[in-house]
Amino acid sequence: MKERENEAVIKIADLSFAYPSRDYVFKKFNFNFFKGERIGLVGANGSGKTTLFHLIMGLLHPAEGKIEIFVKERKAENDFVEVRERIGLVFQDPDDQLFSPTVAEDIAFGPLNLRKNHQETKKILKETLEILGLSGFGDRITYNLSYGEKRLVSLATVWAMQPEILLLDEPTIWLNEETIEKIVQILNSHPHLSYIIISHDKKFLKETTDNIYLMDNGKIRKI
Amino acid sequence: MINLIKEKFSEGNSPLHKLDPRIKIIVALFFSVIVAVTDKYTSLSGALLFAVGAVAVARLKTKEIISRLLVVNSFIFLLWLMLPFTFPGKNIYTLGSLNISQEGIKYALLITIKSNSIVLTGIALLSTSSIFNLVHALRHLHFPDKLTQLFFFTYRYIQTIHSEYVRLNNAVKIRGFKAQTNLHTYRTYAYLVGMMLVRSYDRSKRVYNAMLCRGFKGKFWTLNHFVFKKSDLVTGTIMISGIIGLVLLP
Repeated sequence: MKERENEAVIKIADLSFAYPSRDYVFKKFNFNFFKGERIGLVGANGSGKTTLFHLIMGLLHPAEGKIEIFVKERKAENDFVEVRERIGLVFQDPDDQLFSPTVAEDIAFGPLNLRKNHQETKKILKETLEILGLSGFGDRITYNLSYGEKRLVSLATVWAMQPEILLLDEPTIWLNEETIEKIVQILNSHPHLSYIIISHDKKFLKETTDNIYLMDNGKIRKI
Repeated sequence: MINLIKEKFSEGNSPLHKLDPRIKIIVALFFSVIVAVTDKYTSLSGALLFAVGAVAVARLKTKEIISRLLVVNSFIFLLWLMLPFTFPGKNIYTLGSLNISQEGIKYALLITIKSNSIVLTGIALLSTSSIFNLVHALRHLHFPDKLTQLFFFTYRYIQTIHSEYVRLNNAVKIRGFKAQTNLHTYRTYAYLVGMMLVRSYDRSKRVYNAMLCRGFKGKFWTLNHFVFKKSDLVTGTIMISGIIGLVLLP
């Protein structure tokens, strides 16, 4: 499967989605995301930002419309297995993400699912901890970490899968300035990364993204 | 319950902590079956000694062991309230209109020894491994995948439900709630339990989604593989022979 440079890696066309017994979140929604893009996503609560991430990852399925990721239409649960291996979603609540007893085991969970062997996994683990400034955290118990540490570790668990695209859901919420600064540095020191960041933090988005999109009334537009 | 959640006993450095979890599961299972079907006092006293010995080798905190045993024995205490009076047999003492039977006492004693031996052995052998290692060991022993996952997720849910409970309980406390015997208290607790269920269900879905996003396909792989050592086999064989020896006691 070859991906042309100028083809969108995520292509959403005429998508409609509604939660049961609620009004449509998306109606005829269109969105394209290209490799190398670094974009921010803003919008009021309930405007569908997180829903969009979950649709991309195949955790939710649209009522109508087409989702094409890595030049292949994704419909059934099985289509999304590959998507999940190549796109990393970091959840808003780190307690949803971390479930293993130790930090090392949790970070290794993704690479092991990708069938990396033991040595590769250990190497990835070490590198990930270093890049995210978490060296020495490997044996820490996940539920004893502070909130900021948990956020960094949950980023690490996704980072370790070496995703081509990162989806970050409110990565700075409830974090102190130092930790936010740390995340800015991590993202900016990897210019090859593509990502979409949902955030209400305008300063953070200015520092980490090239374009900002506003989601409003089931539509998306550049601002 | 909180001990179980925190896996307090799984951190340690005793010979039992280092023993291969597969061996531990087999020995614990074998021991439980043998103890459950044996009715000889000599064998059962031996089994109790075995259990106490195992706990001693595991070097666990006595205080915490006792607090766990108290939970088990509070159920057994109920049996002591019932069995001596209701079990048919030779009457040895009359308490008002109630007859205490010798067989009843014997029977209650048997259950007490059996339960305590099995629980102690379980603590010494199983809780000295982390849940992850136990799940992994079960997989190696070719337990059905669905059962091992059920086991793991039960553990996960107890933990999430407990943390939701703590959070909700704090939320009612900081608004001045005091448990009393009135409708308001009952209603608050009913809401609390209901909310707990809904929230834990939602959270379990989110946890599962997060796992899917990280490529989970129904199988657990562990980071630290067990290396089956010769000493594991030797320890395992000694323990199994010991248990068989107990059965053969006169």
